[in-house]
Amino acid sequence: MMTESEENEGLLVRRIKNGTVIDHIDGGEALNVVKILGITGTTQEALSIATNVPSRNMGRKDIVKLTNRELSKEEVDRIALISPRATINIIRNFKVCEKKGVEIPIQIEGLVRCPNPGCISNTNEPIRSRFRVLPEGLHCCYCDWVITRDITGHII
Amino acid sequence: MATKHIISIGDFDRKEIDHLLDHAAQIDKKKYDDNALRGKILAVLFFEPSTRTRMSFESAMARLGGTSLSVGSVEACSMAKGETLADTIRVVSGYADAIVIRHPKEGAARLAGEFATVPVINAGDGAGQHPSQTLLDLYTIRQTMPIDGIEIALIGDLRYGRTAHSLASALSLYNVRLHTISPKGLELPATLAASLAKKGMEIIEHDNIKDVIDSVDVLYVTRIQRERFPDSASYFNVASSYRITPEILTNAKKHLIVLHPLPRVDEIDARLDESPHARYFEQSRNGVPVRMAMLMQVLQ
Ligand SMILES: [Zn+2]
Repeated sequence: MMTESEENEGLLVRRIKNGTVIDHIDGGEALNVVKILGITGTTQEALSIATNVPSRNMGRKDIVKLTNRELSKEEVDRIALISPRATINIIRNFKVCEKKGVEIPIQIEGLVRCPNPGCISNTNEPIRSRFRVLPEGLHCCYCDWVITRDITGHII
Repeated sequence: MATKHIISIGDFDRKEIDHLLDHAAQIDKKKYDDNALRGKILAVLFFEPSTRTRMSFESAMARLGGTSLSVGSVEACSMAKGETLADTIRVVSGYADAIVIRHPKEGAARLAGEFATVPVINAGDGAGQHPSQTLLDLYTIRQTMPIDGIEIALIGDLRYGRTAHSLASALSLYNVRLHTISPKGLELPATLAASLAKKGMEIIEHDNIKDVIDSVDVLYVTRIQRERFPDSASYFNVASSYRITPEILTNAKKHLIVLHPLPRVDEIDARLDESPHARYFEQSRNGVPVRMAMLMQVLQ
């Protein structure tokens, strides 16, 4: 028997042979997930996105499928910043080989730009931006600036 | 062992602050070895001018028998021309046993600490941290009264005034009630106020200094800068109502101390200088023993 999610997916996007399916993304956040993973029009992966799929638990959810790419732990945890309920399914030969949730990282490096123009991380120094993930937001390790909302708007 | 840097007062816990201030108090009583840092070299790397802070560090180093390689702002900038701060720091690490840095960019000292192979002391990075100032502020309070239990008022530009921010953060490690008085638009940033409150600090905002001056133990005055206002008329209007005069202190507590990170412009009436409340020159003098304790902490 097919699960609810598989049924929906069947209608919207094809099953993939190898790659990653990111399920249970908060409704409307799929494009931000794609952005946070650094996938742009010039990257090689085949990508399918389903948005606002009805979900029993979540009301509506988004799904992202990435062909021939398995996400690393660091990449997966970045998703937690915008969609903490997301689940990751690693697919090999049409089978789910690994299923995991996302964990909010303690620190993120090189992902977002510090909004403070006076911050040393916005100069030509040989460093990556570094933020501690705190309940109130992302805290710049260099200048103490806190990004409290719209994290995706600050992605480098 | 990891290199000991002093970058931000936020990196200290209460025990570490108390320990450093105890040491400074010993130094103040002349209980120190004036050859303690003999043979040690301190690179004083200032990318923007601050004569007082620089002299204070050099004086502290000299009193402990050490030597300073002082690089003024002009030389520091020409040295760094086209070079990253990271490279400058790697190079200077080879010339000295510790580096004191002042830089216009926030977070510059943190970066310096990541690239240095010797200890780094932050002497102010832009609108960011200036831990030696906070330590000497705390030291000056402690000379008169225990920090626990005090009522302190911060007055002036509390939005951009970094000395007020880091003092408030450090005081949140103690049992202190904080009163704030600032012009509209220059209030303590909401994120800072929230994080202080979370640490259990009680913060009370006032519109007028007169509402609170008779009940506080410490009055910490900061500068209100003219460029924060659209025109000089509104600046003078605000500045005059925030000026501390002997009259305002008429009914103040006997032991009230008035502090100011200096330089002052008009915030404190010169007639106050002779009053027993005025402690800002002593506060500035305290920079030397406090910085001696800091140098000994990183160099020994
Ligand atoms: Zn920053």
